[in-house]
Amino acid sequence: MTETISLALFSGTDDKLTAAATMATGAAAMGRPVKVFLQFWALDAFRADRITKDHGVAHEAGPEGAAALRRLDEKGVHWSELLRQAKEIGDVEIAACAHSMEMLAIGRHDLDPLVDDVIGIAAFMAGVNGPVVFI
Amino acid sequence: MEATQVQETIDARGMPCPGPLMSLIGTIRRSEVGTVIEVLSSDEGSLTDIPAWVSKAKQEMVEIVTEDGFTRFMVRKAR
Repeated sequence: MTETISLALFSGTDDKLTAAATMATGAAAMGRPVKVFLQFWALDAFRADRITKDHGVAHEAGPEGAAALRRLDEKGVHWSELLRQAKEIGDVEIAACAHSMEMLAIGRHDLDPLVDDVIGIAAFMAGVNGPVVFI
Repeated sequence: MEATQVQETIDARGMPCPGPLMSLIGTIRRSEVGTVIEVLSSDEGSLTDIPAWVSKAKQEMVEIVTEDGFTRFMVRKAR
């Protein structure tokens, strides 16, 4: 039961990041190592200066879904805080995709301290020992 | 029946999943072995999550009480 959970985060909207952070937190709580790889818009959401800003919701949410998420946000904790808690209680590594860093012109110092490293896809795959969940 | 001595209560009512569980884990980590912690949760997920974590983390579930609109979980830090 110690198989690593590998999450490739692509989407940068708050609903998808909340779902991903919940999964990472649950895995960490149950003693599973978690490896997170941030690509494209998910990486953009981890910029230190805007990590807690409004990142919108996925298109399929619609206005009602968006309103439901806002209500949840008022009671719950932000996805970045969930990830912080997950790192505190378990083995959770968050890496930024080097290619996306270049594409979005993001430097290491622009990223929130939640991000442990900047790596390439092969380095990420080297640590994968099961399926990759793509969100 | 003798009432369980609860040393700390976490009122996580209204918090969505995995908030109540994370609050419990945080408190357990700070507590001494033998401490009984009570979590109040209105999140449906807690009904499965808290027992699953308690079992996995080898802690001790003392009691689960269904109240009006929420559940009371009493957990003893066993290790």
